[in-house]
Amino acid sequence: MDSPEESRDLCQKAGYTFTFLSDPKAEAIRRYDLVHAGAGEGGRDIARPAEFLVDSSGIVRWVNLTENYWVRARPEQILEAAKALR
Amino acid sequence: MLAGHCGINPSMKTQRFNWLIWAGLLLSIFAFLSYALVFVNWPITRDFPWANLLLFGMAAALLYLGLRRAFAAERPRRSKVAGVIVTALSVLIFGFFIFSTLIASRWMPAALGAPRVGQKAPDFSLTDTNGKALALSELLSAPINGKAAKGVLLIFYRGYW
Repeated sequence: MDSPEESRDLCQKAGYTFTFLSDPKAEAIRRYDLVHAGAGEGGRDIARPAEFLVDSSGIVRWVNLTENYWVRARPEQILEAAKALR
Repeated sequence: MLAGHCGINPSMKTQRFNWLIWAGLLLSIFAFLSYALVFVNWPITRDFPWANLLLFGMAAALLYLGLRRAFAAERPRRSKVAGVIVTALSVLIFGFFIFSTLIASRWMPAALGAPRVGQKAPDFSLTDTNGKALALSELLSAPINGKAAKGVLLIFYRGYW
C-alpha cells in the first residue's frame, strides 16, 4: 500500500493523470475483501489485484479478480466493458 | 619429446573452456530475470511466460551440449564436476521461475466477499495525491469535461505495481 507521496511519485514518473487514492490502513481494501495478508514488504498486508467498473448509480457492472497477481486486466477488456455503460 | 610433452596443442586450449555450459547458465539467469524486468510489460508475454520458457528451452539445449562436451573421454574430471554443478544451478533457477510465476503468484485470498456484478459498490473515502479526502460517491457525481460521469473504474494494486 503506497502513501499519497509514493503515489504522486509514481504518477509523475509514469505520466498518469487519473486519480490515485491511498489506502494505508486498508479501509477500502478490507471493505472490498481484497486484503492479501502479509504479502507485502516486511510481511505487511497489501491488496490483492482487482478491477471494478462502477456505473454512475454506484452499481458494479464489471469485475476482474485475477487468479495470478502477475496477470491484470487488459486495457481493451476494460474499454469493452465501459462501452456498455450509459 | 620433452618439448612435445610441455607444448599445448591449440585445439586442446580452446577445448579447455566449456563455454556452452556457462552460456547455458547465463541464459537461464536472463530467462529468469527478463520476466519481471522486460516481458511483464506486454500482456501477450505476461499472461503466460512463453517467451521466458523459450529462453529456458534454449538454455537447456546449451546445457545439454555442454554436458556432453564435459563428459567427453579426454576432458578432465573437474570439467565434469563443473558441468554438473552449473547444470544443477540452472535447473534450480528454472524451478524457481516456475514456482514464482505460475505457482506462488496464485496463492491469493479468493475475495469471496468482493462486490459482484449488479451489487452496490461500497463507498469509501481516501486521500488523493494532493492530500485531499475523496469519496467514491464524489468521484461518481463529479462531472468529467462538463458532462456527468458514466462511471468509475476502480483498480486495486499491490503498491507501485
